[in-house]
Amino acid sequence: MSALLEVSGISKSFDGFKAINNLSFSINAVELRAVIGPNGAGKTTFMDIVTGKTRPDAGEVLWGDGSKSLLKMNEAQIAREGIGRKFQRPTVFEDQSVADNLIMALKADRSPFAVLRWRPTAESGARVAELAAEVGLADQLPRLAGELSHGQKQWLEIGMLLAQEPRLLLVDEPAAGMTLAEREQTTTLLCRLAETRAVVVVEHDMDFVRRLNCRVTVLHQGSVLAEGSLDHVTRNPDVIDVYLGR
Amino acid sequence: MTRTPFILRNPSVLIVLAGLAVFTVAVTLLSQAYGTGAVPTSMVKVLGKTLCLALAAVAMDLVWGYLGILSLGQMAFFALGGYMIGQWLMYARTEGIVAAQLAQGPIPATAQELQDAVTNQIFGVVGASELPLVWSFAHSLTLQLILVLAVPGLLALVFGWLAFRSRVNGVYLSILTQAMTLALALWLFQNDSGFRGNNGLSGLQNLPGLDHVDQATLSVWFLWASAAALALFYALAAWLVSGKFGSVVRAIRDDETRVRFLGYPVEGFKLVVFTLAAMITAVAGALYYPQAGIINPAEMMPIASIYLAVWVAIGGRGRLYGAVIGAVVVSLLSSWFTGGRAPSIHLPGYVVNWVDWWQVALGLSFVLVTLYAPKGIAGVFDLFSRRGDRA
Repeated sequence: MSALLEVSGISKSFDGFKAINNLSFSINAVELRAVIGPNGAGKTTFMDIVTGKTRPDAGEVLWGDGSKSLLKMNEAQIAREGIGRKFQRPTVFEDQSVADNLIMALKADRSPFAVLRWRPTAESGARVAELAAEVGLADQLPRLAGELSHGQKQWLEIGMLLAQEPRLLLVDEPAAGMTLAEREQTTTLLCRLAETRAVVVVEHDMDFVRRLNCRVTVLHQGSVLAEGSLDHVTRNPDVIDVYLGR
Repeated sequence: MTRTPFILRNPSVLIVLAGLAVFTVAVTLLSQAYGTGAVPTSMVKVLGKTLCLALAAVAMDLVWGYLGILSLGQMAFFALGGYMIGQWLMYARTEGIVAAQLAQGPIPATAQELQDAVTNQIFGVVGASELPLVWSFAHSLTLQLILVLAVPGLLALVFGWLAFRSRVNGVYLSILTQAMTLALALWLFQNDSGFRGNNGLSGLQNLPGLDHVDQATLSVWFLWASAAALALFYALAAWLVSGKFGSVVRAIRDDETRVRFLGYPVEGFKLVVFTLAAMITAVAGALYYPQAGIINPAEMMPIASIYLAVWVAIGGRGRLYGAVIGAVVVSLLSSWFTGGRAPSIHLPGYVVNWVDWWQVALGLSFVLVTLYAPKGIAGVFDLFSRRGDRA
């Protein structure tokens, strides 16, 4: 199996502080992966680099079958390549209806003039309804996204990510601020999504990671400290040292 | 999903267009040229100019209310539109007059002599003896009409491209737009800019070739043209912001980063809206200055664009009819209060003279609207419909 995303030897420092230090990471086209690490381990900077928000000082990020470099693309181009990102705080467009939010996210030509010519079709309507049903917002379509509860906004954002049909999904702390039932639902959804695509979950809630039951990458001080099953990495003395040692 | 026609989904567009039609017919029937004469020609001109300002406000609302860029340089495009049409108006009219004078001489004048005489007539005041290069197309109405759209459009495109790709945002972008219009004004103030320095262009109320038509009639024609332009571009703007394009534009206003991660080329959308708005503003300017009769670089000073922003804020930004209401109400009130006809208020020991105090009142109402009624005057309409119409 060839890797969908291949990150090799990237480094990034901010004012002398090495946020990412010679980090390498790769993920297959169909895989669920959890990235864990203490605060400041470089989890967010890693996601910023993959999604084009931050440029690394060194290293290479290769994508897809043709091994395209992502470093020369901007955020929007990378998103169009099929990398979706879920932020920690739900970010939906509060001033617009749930349906409009989903329509914007639907996979389609993103250039201004194509968007200008875009008209809703029976097909797009069905897709929006289907997505809304999938994230439990079927009866909320005409409501303003700003009127939704915190949990519903999280789900709307997940619905928008699904609408983009990404090949790689980066999810930042999905469990934060969720109730136990919502966590349960989220775990199920993430596992199901990973059946057809690559999903990277950044999380520091070990309990949640255990439920995902997947390969784990531990980051520490900007590099990979350990990688393997959760049981494997939690037995690693370095990991124990970082997490429990001080 | 069923699809209702655009107009039915946006009843406010229909209401605005109908209101505009009624207004235009009413003023025509009360004008000196076509009706009872109850509305004097000077008033017809004021109303025609007000429609042009409303159009500029609609464009400002696209840029500020929908896209979220507080552009403090919109009136640069407005004045540029005026300058472009003014070049033809002034050149063609001077040419007509000079040709008539030369025709009385014993030998017919050559084309070169004619051009020299026109140049001398227009540019003698700034001491230039050669026709500036920027006047190369001034003899042709068609070419100058193209320039009305092309020059402001190109300026907006280049300025926007440079600013947006560097991701200049918020207050920094506002300052940049202000610097742009100030730089342009200062350049135009110079005598050797080719635009007659601080004299500007004048006599624009006279249409070349239409000397037999009096100002009373012309003023009504310009009122019609201004109303038609406002109707056309209002409908265009409403269509633009109604569909998915409008969704994306408002999303950029609310969270630009998120829109990028959805895969939309944010800079492209900003450029389209910014450039289109500049061109709409230029059309408004090209219709305004023939009614005003004179244009000079002072029209481009940042304060003019700030007023435009104040009108849109008071009217209610983020909806197009709000911009129209704001521009019409505040600009008409401004000319009434500063025209010296508003009765002074006699307080014990002090007389509030509106010519002096209007600016203070306007500034105060801007602050109050911003703090307590962010939806502006148009917010009143929300009281009638549960959820605001978003056209």
